[in-house]
Formats: sequence, structure tokens, C-alpha cells
Amino acid sequence: MAYSDKVIDHYENPRNVGTLDKADPNVGTGLVGAPACGDVMRLQLKITDEGIIEDARFKTFGCGSAIASSSLVSEWVKGKTVDEALTISNKDVARELALPPVKIHCSVLAEDAIKAAIDDFKKKREARRQQLA
Amino acid sequence: MKLPIYMDNHATTPMDPRVLEAMLPYLREDFGNAASRNHAFGWKAEAAVEEARKQVAALIGASDKEIVFTSGATESDNLAIKGVVEFYKEKGDHIITLKTEHKAVLDTCKRLERVRQERLDELKTLRLMQLTGAPVSRDELATLAIKHDLDNDAVYRQWAELPTGGARVTYLDVEKDGRVDLKKLEAAMTDKTILVSIMLANNEIGTVQPIAEIGRLCRARGILFHCDAVQGIGKVPFHVEEMQVDLVSISAHKMYGPKGVGALYVRRKPRVRIAPLIDGGGHERGMRSGTLNVASIVGFGHAARIAREEMADEAVRLTRLRERLRKGIVEQLDMVTVNGSQEHRLPGNLNISFAYVEGEALMMAIKDVAVSSGSACTSASLEPSYVLRACGVEEELAHSSIRFGLGRFNTEEEVDFVIKLMVDKVNRLREMSPLYEMAKEGIDLKSIEWTAH
Repeated sequence: MAYSDKVIDHYENPRNVGTLDKADPNVGTGLVGAPACGDVMRLQLKITDEGIIEDARFKTFGCGSAIASSSLVSEWVKGKTVDEALTISNKDVARELALPPVKIHCSVLAEDAIKAAIDDFKKKREARRQQLA
Repeated sequence: MKLPIYMDNHATTPMDPRVLEAMLPYLREDFGNAASRNHAFGWKAEAAVEEARKQVAALIGASDKEIVFTSGATESDNLAIKGVVEFYKEKGDHIITLKTEHKAVLDTCKRLERVRQERLDELKTLRLMQLTGAPVSRDELATLAIKHDLDNDAVYRQWAELPTGGARVTYLDVEKDGRVDLKKLEAAMTDKTILVSIMLANNEIGTVQPIAEIGRLCRARGILFHCDAVQGIGKVPFHVEEMQVDLVSISAHKMYGPKGVGALYVRRKPRVRIAPLIDGGGHERGMRSGTLNVASIVGFGHAARIAREEMADEAVRLTRLRERLRKGIVEQLDMVTVNGSQEHRLPGNLNISFAYVEGEALMMAIKDVAVSSGSACTSASLEPSYVLRACGVEEELAHSSIRFGLGRFNTEEEVDFVIKLMVDKVNRLREMSPLYEMAKEGIDLKSIEWTAH
């Protein structure tokens, strides 16, 4: 399958690969996909109390498109507010990387990963608030 | 050493330069039609084809009269299976094959099942029209059939017993190493079974089947035995008398010959009859009409001769290379599994699962080496290999598999290069894999609730 230069660039030079401290109350972790389906994406976001995404890290098991999709969104979300990050859609990712139709699924996974990470962060914050109250 | 390195010899093999040399005159001055009986051009072409027929026959211990040239093994598989089903439909309509067969066999069987179903539906429609006295539409078939209890209708049952065309097919499971269980094969045979189709060697995992034992089982019951021998011919010993096979599919381009030419062995004693797929001038004793592809057939003959002469030494060399590759990878990487049988295996095949790394991503990382992914991620479907799944390999591992096919022109230097590259790239991708990290931390991946897509 012929990939776009952007996919190959992100695949060969993935941005923000790594792990953030799961226990940190300001870190939200999103784990989406399934090993049986051939792709699993883990996106971690470090979010300030004001709701600004100050850091992002990912690890992905999957094909070149899956790795490129997660690398791309890890770049995109940095510096954005939580609400802004939630507006990133799989269509934006697929368009930017020029993904072939059978790989659209990878961009959906990337969108889901953002949502899951932010969801995890919000849950953590809610739990902390209840603890304090 | 030249890059990229070709290690996908199960897909196709490069043509041996000696084969090309043998072909060239038949693309230039000796261009005659082998069916032209009235001049020297035709005689020369015919003589060349007959020489090639002898060479191909010799490779499998057959007589030259038993070789039918085709456009390749896909056609040979179609001709063997559809030809037998059509010719012997009075005798029975049941086929047995394996879930790990090539698509050329599986899809042919599936079509025959559809043909039979359509024929039965026609009979159903006819009978229901008789019973209801009115036209019956396709949509009404199922409900009306139940209402009129066609399963117990004497007339319909009598009709359904008539030779219908098409076939019923049993797709047998294989053992973990990819081999057929002979007891299961025997148990699947019925008095309606006319054909067993089982490959010599698997194209993905390299597992070699117990062909002689299967041949004995079939012969004892008067069931014809077709063997798709494409991947194994010229690589492991194969003799039609010892194996008691009745029909054998062979392809030139898997043994360093040209693409677009193959053969079907059709046994003469005891005689096997097949209905042709292609009608026309009656070439190839009426079994495959069409002007012979003379130059390619000549190349096929030479490829067969070289394979026969060099097979023994080449098998030793390829086994050594394969073992070097296997050891090099297994000793330097953890969590890898070799798929297929270690004992009954093609010399040049190595199929490995690298846990927690996805096959296509790995292929992208090793673009200097042409291999094939055990998972079918590069095709339109994202399903992992049906062969690995049929061997009981879990889906996640099936997505993580790579098939190496070593061949005549691979060298030790290339193998060493590939080992180093594999180790580097697998490690790099594992550093990027959340699953590898979790496995290293001792997290049971099965305990996690995954969000399937």
C-alpha cells in the first residue's frame, strides 16, 4: 500500500513516544483498541488545573497509519484547552495524513484516544473533588 | 550485497537465468504454433513442448502423457476440482479439503457449494409451484418450503437425490502444526465423497502434509486425490506413484520459471477423467484448449529439470540458511514464536510471530527486505491470516506474524543482514508498543476490557 509522505514521516520519526506517570492527578490516560483487532493506542495527556494540555505522550501497537495517527494527535493537542482538543475529529486526522479508505479506522482510534484520555482526567478530578469535600 | 533483499519466494521466485536463455529462441526465430502440423515451424515448437512435458513429468515421476499445460496453478486447481465434480456427478458430490488450503482451492469449493445451492433452490421452486399451482418468488422460498414440509416431501427428496451439479464440501480443521489429522480425514469420508483436495506444502507456514498416507486412504476407498503441490514441488521429494495422487497442480513461477504457465498432472492408470473448463481446438487431449504458450512451457521444462537435479543440495543449503535466520532472531529477541511444524517443513520457510508488534508496521520498518505479513493487513480486509487462525494461533499473534521465504538466490550475508535488521526494528517498535510495556510490567492483557472496533 502506498502511504503518503506524512504517514511515513510520522512513522519513522514519531513525536512524543513515551509514558507519563499514571498516578499523577493531572495525567489522563486513554487506552483504546484491542490486540485481537491488530491495534491498541495509549494516549496520555498532562493537563493543568486550568484545563490546558501541557504535555502528551503515546504508545501504539498497530500498523504504520495507527502509529502516524497517534503521533499526529499527540502534537495537535499540545497547548490546546480540553474543549479545543475534543473538537479534533477523525476526519481531520485522515485528511491530514491522506489515509487510504481501509485505514480510516486508525484515525477513529486516534479521536477515541483523545476522548478517553480527557474522560479519564475528568474522572480523576471529580474523584479528587469529592475526596476534598 | 544489493538492497532491497528478496525473501518472499513463496509469492514468486525470480527466473533462473538458465531458464530465460532456454526460452529466448522460442520468442525469436522459433515462434511456431505447436499445433501447426504441416510445416517446420510447427514441428519445432511441438518438439520443444514435448521435451518440456517430459522434463515436468520427470520431476514428479509421471509419464509425459499425464501432463496438461495450463496458465498456472490457479487454473490447474480449478480444472482439477471443477473437472472432477462435473465428470463424476453421477457417482457423488462430496469434496473434502482443509481450512488452510490456498484460495484457488477454497474459493473453487465455495463456488461449487453455491452452484449446488442454486440448483436445489430451482428444484424447490419447481416443486412448490406444483404444490401451490402458482408462481413462487425467491423471497417466498424459505417460508413456503417449511409450510409444505419439503424436507419430507417424497417428490422433492427424489429430485434432490438426482445428480445436481456443484458439490457439498467439508473443510477440515488442522492440528496446531498445520498438519491434517488422518483420523479426522478418514471420518469425513462418505460413500458420496468423490474428491479429496489437500496441498503438499502450505504457502504461509511451510507445513508439509503426509501426502502418501492421504493417498493410501483415498485409494483404498476409490476417492480421487488432488494435491495442490505448488509450494512444495522442486523443494521436497514428490513422486506420484509413491504418493498415490491422482491430480497434481504445479506452477512454473514458484520454481524459478516464468509466470503464466503451470500444469495439471492427470493420472492415466487408473484413469482419471475430468471435464474441461475451456472448450476449443481440443489441445492438451481436450482437457485444456488454447494455443500453447511455447516459450513459457520451454522455460517451465528447464526450471523443472534444474529443480530435479539440484533439489537435494539446495534443500540442505536452504535448511541451513533458514536455521541460521531462525536462531539469529530467536536468540536475540524474547517473546517470539515460530509457526508451523518444525519437523515437516519446507526448507526455505520461516513464519514467526513477534508478540506486541504489528506485522504491517514491522514490514514498513524493514523496507529493505521483501517479506510478507502473516496478517492480511495490506489487503482490503484487515482480517489476520486464516491459515494461522486455523492452526489455533490467537488473533493478536496472527496480526504479529512475518513470513520469510528463502530461495535459490539468497545468501548467508543477506540472512545476517536481515537478522540484525529484524532485531533492531522489533526492539524499536516494542519500545513504542503499549502492550509490550504492559506485558513487561506483568499486566495480564487478557484481564483488560478492550474496546473492540
